[in-house]
Amino acid sequence: MTSRLFGEPVQRVEDAQLVTGRGHYLDDLGHDALAAAFVRSPHAHARVLDIDVTAALDVEGLVAIYTYDDLAASPRGTVAEALPLLIPHPALHAPRTGYALAREEVNHVGEAVVMVVASDRYVAEDAAERIVVTYGVLPPVVGIEAARSAERRTHDDVPDNVAAHLLQEVGDVQAAFAGSPRTLELDLAIQRSASMPLEGKGVYARWDAEDGSMRVYSSTQTSTSVRAAVAAKLDLPLNKVDCIAPMVGGGFGVKIVHPWPEEVLVPWAARELGREVKWVEDRREHFVSSAHERGQLHTIKVGFDDDGRLLALDVRFWHDNGAYTPYGIIVPIITSTQLLGPYKPGAYRVEFWSLYTNTVIVTPYRGAGRPQGCFAMERVMDAIADALGLDRAEVRERNFITPEEMPYDHHMTFQDGRPLIYDSGDFPATLAKLRTLIGWDDTLAQVASWRAAGRRVGVGLACYVEGTGVGPYEGAHVVVETSGKVKVATGLTTQGQGHFTSFAQIAADELGVALEDVEVVTGDTRRFGYAVGTFASRAAVMSGNAIAFAARSVREKALRIAGDALEADPGDLEIVDGVVRVKGSPAASIPLATVAVLSNPLRYAFDEASKAATQFAVGDTSGPPVREDDEPGLEGTDYYSPVGATFANGMHAVVVETDPETAEIKVLRYCVVHDCGPLINPLIVEGQVHGGVAQGVGGALYERMEYDENGQLLNASFMDFLMPYASEIPHIEIDHLETRSPLNPLGIKGAGEAGVIPSAAVFASAIEDAEGFVITAMPISPSELFDLRRRHAAGEVPSLRREDRRTEEMR
Amino acid sequence: MPATVSGMTAVHDTTTGEPLHDVRLRVNDVWQEARVPARRLLSDFLRHDLRLTGTHVGCEHGVCGACTVLLDGAPVRSCLLLAVTVSGQSVTTVEGLGSPEAMHPVQQAFRECHGLQCGFCTPGFLTTAAAYLAQHPSPTEAEAREAISGNLCRCTGYQNIVRSVLRAAEIARERTPSASDR
Ligand code: FES
Ligand code: FES
Repeated sequence: MTSRLFGEPVQRVEDAQLVTGRGHYLDDLGHDALAAAFVRSPHAHARVLDIDVTAALDVEGLVAIYTYDDLAASPRGTVAEALPLLIPHPALHAPRTGYALAREEVNHVGEAVVMVVASDRYVAEDAAERIVVTYGVLPPVVGIEAARSAERRTHDDVPDNVAAHLLQEVGDVQAAFAGSPRTLELDLAIQRSASMPLEGKGVYARWDAEDGSMRVYSSTQTSTSVRAAVAAKLDLPLNKVDCIAPMVGGGFGVKIVHPWPEEVLVPWAARELGREVKWVEDRREHFVSSAHERGQLHTIKVGFDDDGRLLALDVRFWHDNGAYTPYGIIVPIITSTQLLGPYKPGAYRVEFWSLYTNTVIVTPYRGAGRPQGCFAMERVMDAIADALGLDRAEVRERNFITPEEMPYDHHMTFQDGRPLIYDSGDFPATLAKLRTLIGWDDTLAQVASWRAAGRRVGVGLACYVEGTGVGPYEGAHVVVETSGKVKVATGLTTQGQGHFTSFAQIAADELGVALEDVEVVTGDTRRFGYAVGTFASRAAVMSGNAIAFAARSVREKALRIAGDALEADPGDLEIVDGVVRVKGSPAASIPLATVAVLSNPLRYAFDEASKAATQFAVGDTSGPPVREDDEPGLEGTDYYSPVGATFANGMHAVVVETDPETAEIKVLRYCVVHDCGPLINPLIVEGQVHGGVAQGVGGALYERMEYDENGQLLNASFMDFLMPYASEIPHIEIDHLETRSPLNPLGIKGAGEAGVIPSAAVFASAIEDAEGFVITAMPISPSELFDLRRRHAAGEVPSLRREDRRTEEMR
Repeated sequence: MPATVSGMTAVHDTTTGEPLHDVRLRVNDVWQEARVPARRLLSDFLRHDLRLTGTHVGCEHGVCGACTVLLDGAPVRSCLLLAVTVSGQSVTTVEGLGSPEAMHPVQQAFRECHGLQCGFCTPGFLTTAAAYLAQHPSPTEAEAREAISGNLCRCTGYQNIVRSVLRAAEIARERTPSASDR
């Protein structure tokens, strides 16, 4: 029996190549291509008055300089038109998108103004440096408060800076508040961070003038959609454009946005010049011209009873969407829906405003609005527990949706435009596991004794639910070659999630072949043209199931053909180790490779094995060689398209100690319980959790985008933007729950983003517990904590009520 | 007169007119020669002139460590060095540590322990760990963590990288029978 690979911690098949320096990332391709560099705006808000390229013209090695006027003069395509609004929404009443190169106005530092193409990057930058752009500087809008006050405008024709305003209400919130014995109000803030993959973006284009075709390589999370955008912008038939995502050095959301200006300009310039052109983003460019996320202000009012049960929840928040809205309002929609976590909110009203500022665009970064929502909701839970003097875990448990209530309809619209219905989950069981993992009661007792000894130690807890595996669909093609090797292609892309392994595990199981015999290709439109992309923890759910379906159809065909050859009922056959055989009498068997040969009736033999399929070798002449409703080849294509998202959940607990003098925050323990349904490969899932938690720790304690009032990003380097090293990341303890999703045959849910979601919430909870006063803004640095202590001592920051109770107990 | 380096006569790039310098480096045990401008970074020299693209560039300002190579055995950030300044020296890149058929213990360990996800930071971790383990064959977990604390990884959360370093030490010991085994 071929042992089942699903669920096994198999080593990744892609790693031998990656650990020996043989992976091919974007900048490892096209050594002979011309290099592009960009002149980018040094101002947050300005009119472009003049561009003088004279001084650059005598740089030897310069090939071309392009400005917006050149795009406008381009006879073919729509490169001069505004970049597409990818996700329109009725509530996005004032959408604005930028241009590939700035047209008259720039709206953030880093916006591309001039493109330079030269023999190599050094020369391209020499030339870019000599180009003189004259700007008429305009006052910038920086920060949510400034946008909200609307004293200045980002876009002239959007006087209130409001791009979108959306309100959803479930139940009668006003009446629910009237009936609430208790209420609380909270103001909560989260600052900006960013995906910050180690590899920046990059584009490499090869134009073939002879057949009028374009091949684009992009470090993207969606090659099919980049392909469509390039074809549209360059006025090329889709079948003349291919887009390939090579090995990609991390994405985390920023590479789902497309087409980036460079994804339009590099192929366009390649065609203009009839030469290969490549652009590779440097780190500073990534900081000032790729996307950020997270900045939001929230005002929350909650009504609850004396047991801590939610009765009414009213959330208003303001979302900083930066200069443009190419990705629509997905992030605030996710905050507004996923904020609910595992809880029944009672009546719920949520309203948000998405605001323009003269800063880099805001689009999903791993977690995508959920960390903010989780922070908001979990702060509410802690506040209720504190107000009532209840155990924080207990208050959460009282508000949980129970397994019996699944599927649970929130009567809201989710980010995919579909109803927000939790398909499954056992929240009490997740919490019970977390309590066991951390030893909740013992830990609390231990912490109390440490505190009594004068240490500042605190415990935090946070719960979340994550809608994963959103549609519309993914597909896969599976073929068994005549060598017996299985080739799988799916259209979505890979940025380190181990798809080459987990997808191979699925295909190998379905087809009864060895893992080594399966090869998976992702993100290459030459191999599979229909796809959506990799985001929203959807790849495993979407392509995993599509591959299972496609492999099943191949299996069915294999059994049918083998049944004919073995004169057996296909129902009596099984495939084991790449051989189709009769169950119970394994001597009657035929290798899958031979079945593949037989699946393709031949006139001409091309090798020894293929002789079996030639016209005089095939015995049965009763029907046509290829039967009606059949196709030659042992292959199949299928798609998976779910009715809605499947909901994973998890809970984190952290123990922190803060330094009484320096306010440094040290993590003593970090525990995770995670439920993403059955694990395809535990090694990979745990890796995803580790990475997510690390980004969460960064986002909670270190990372922020520091804009000054002029819209200059002050920390646009790895020197100043504090991404955590190993020394800052704790050891992470993990336990799993595997609650199947009823929505897909594999029962799986997404795992990619989970780790990052509750971090701001769980650290705020723990730091507050250690310090005895309320934490309302994240991230928090030692100097901010130090300042809060000072303000707390001065009576400006309220104590937790449990501190008063502790003091009373001591009296 | 164009600038010259270590007495070498400068020639000029035919496209850009830049003065060029001969750089002779022993890379992964093979002497390599190329003619490059003085400003060519060692990282670009390895990646684009020698086409050894295993060495990655994550920041080009010396912070992430993705570009780490071994210069005469010691880890250096190749994005902070000019190729002309290391002429005559010996460089080991990730390609030189081992091949898929014959992996270095750190390479094998990273694969076994899922010490990489996107793999972009990995060459820098591998070279750093290889150099560290050559000096410290039996690190504790805390020491292993400390040893890789100068490199950034955005994917793994480092836990499996720490595990990989410890496992690499173990593999190295397995491969070299200790005195007591003899
Ligand atoms: S690329 Fe050299 S340290 Fe980052
Ligand atoms: S594995 Fe992706 S940055 Fe380390």
